[in-house]
Amino acid sequence: MNAYVTLFARDLKLALRRWSEFATPLIFFVIIASLFPFALSPEAAVLNQAGTGVLWISALLSSLLALDGLFRTDVDDGSMEQLILSPTSLSLLVLAKLCAHWVVSSLPLIAIAPFIALSFYMPVDALATLIVALLLATPTLSVLAAIGAALTVSLKTGGALVGLLVLPLTSPILIFGTRATDMAMNGESAAGPLYLLAALAAFSLSLGPMTAAAALRVSVE
Amino acid sequence: MKEFLAMGGYAVYVWAAYGMTVVVIALNAWAAQRRLRRTLGELKTTAQPEDPARRPTVRKV
Amino acid sequence: MSRWRWFHLLASPPYVYRLAERLAPWIGAASVLALAAGTYGGLVLAPPDYLQGEGFRIIYVHVPSAYIGLMAYVVMASAAACGFIWRIKLAHAVAACTAPVGASFTFLALFTGAVWGKPMWGTYWQWGDARLVSELVLLFLYLGFMLLRSSFDERDKGDRVAAILAAVGVVNVPIIHYSVEWWSTLHQGATMMRLDGPSITLEMLIPLLIMIGAFTLCFAWLILRRLQAEILDRERRTRWVEQLVTGGAS
Repeated sequence: MNAYVTLFARDLKLALRRWSEFATPLIFFVIIASLFPFALSPEAAVLNQAGTGVLWISALLSSLLALDGLFRTDVDDGSMEQLILSPTSLSLLVLAKLCAHWVVSSLPLIAIAPFIALSFYMPVDALATLIVALLLATPTLSVLAAIGAALTVSLKTGGALVGLLVLPLTSPILIFGTRATDMAMNGESAAGPLYLLAALAAFSLSLGPMTAAAALRVSVE
Repeated sequence: MKEFLAMGGYAVYVWAAYGMTVVVIALNAWAAQRRLRRTLGELKTTAQPEDPARRPTVRKV
Repeated sequence: MSRWRWFHLLASPPYVYRLAERLAPWIGAASVLALAAGTYGGLVLAPPDYLQGEGFRIIYVHVPSAYIGLMAYVVMASAAACGFIWRIKLAHAVAACTAPVGASFTFLALFTGAVWGKPMWGTYWQWGDARLVSELVLLFLYLGFMLLRSSFDERDKGDRVAAILAAVGVVNVPIIHYSVEWWSTLHQGATMMRLDGPSITLEMLIPLLIMIGAFTLCFAWLILRRLQAEILDRERRTRWVEQLVTGGAS
């Protein structure tokens, strides 16, 4: 547990020092979302209907981009080998890194998302549900992206391949996330999809770090 | 025969589905056979003919 | 020890190569016969469906290919898992051979499903049909597996990394399937027409079973032939392969 806290603090500190690295996906998120009105229509009715999807797709791509380099620097400078050899279980350490990256990449995204939603004419009452849905969905997205990053860490060209491997697996998140948001916009209770998002988060957080750790062991050996 | 080919008005769909099935199975079979033949041929050209001098000698004790 | 002999033999490349060499012609012949019988039964003998008329005959290629597409993924993932856990190289070879075959049958299932959907639903593609959408995701998983495996220079590492991806896919396919199903029931309820009719008579069922058997045999033949090539490729530096290609006694 001690190692977990230390690694979490270290990754957080490193991320804050290299702030441009985690700012890029956020700006990417805002830019993608603001390109959609040009492609669709400036009309409120159209944007209101498409807004949920736009928001979730942008959040998904941005969190994939944010975690692309999750393990790369550690593998390149050799500290990953230290982590693998350490007596603490590698899954726990992977979880620590994931949590640190979630704090620096997903939390700001969730903070920005309501403003994007408002620009797509989403009713203010629905914003709370949107935030809860994003809070429940981003851990699963991070875990999936981390597995993709771990699988491709020893390849020179990871980027596009990670998307190909991970994006099909994110479809349940997209389904439940957009449904929860839509239900809240229509004034219904979004409890159903939110519970399902929570279940997926619990499931992926329990099995995901193990999978990513196994992939790291193979990649680094 | 004509009636059979017409498939009760569904000819396009039925024959497209069966046609694609034939194509996929035939391509698969062709690719598998070709790969085996090529690998065998490639190994035959690279492998040296049995040359007793090249063999590691095993001394009988 | 002797009870497990067959298991050890199945991990031995020369044994499996010769076994495949001996079995493949028989399985290939059986598959051609079964395909012919099933096609005749499906196109000629089976009576037209009272709702879908002659259009339902697409079932005889759609259902078997969908079944092979799914079954091949299970075969591929289990072989990859065996290879990962017990470090059996031959199991990785099986997984590598299964991926392209499974992907092609999954594509066939999507194609025949779309062609069947046009006369029945009025549209080639329906996002609400959980099974079609799951097949599409399955195709993406196959492509990801093949791309990931082939992007590694060291074959061993590619095998092991791709095995992890295959395991992740096995866990995710049911989740994706049920979430799409949940999603589609919210949107269109029970009005959606399913691809298979509610009831199927025996005369319609028998050709279908023959076709499923025929596709399975065809799949087995393809895997055996591909496996032979894969084994030769992986074992190219060994003595038995050298003897095999130069015609020396083994």
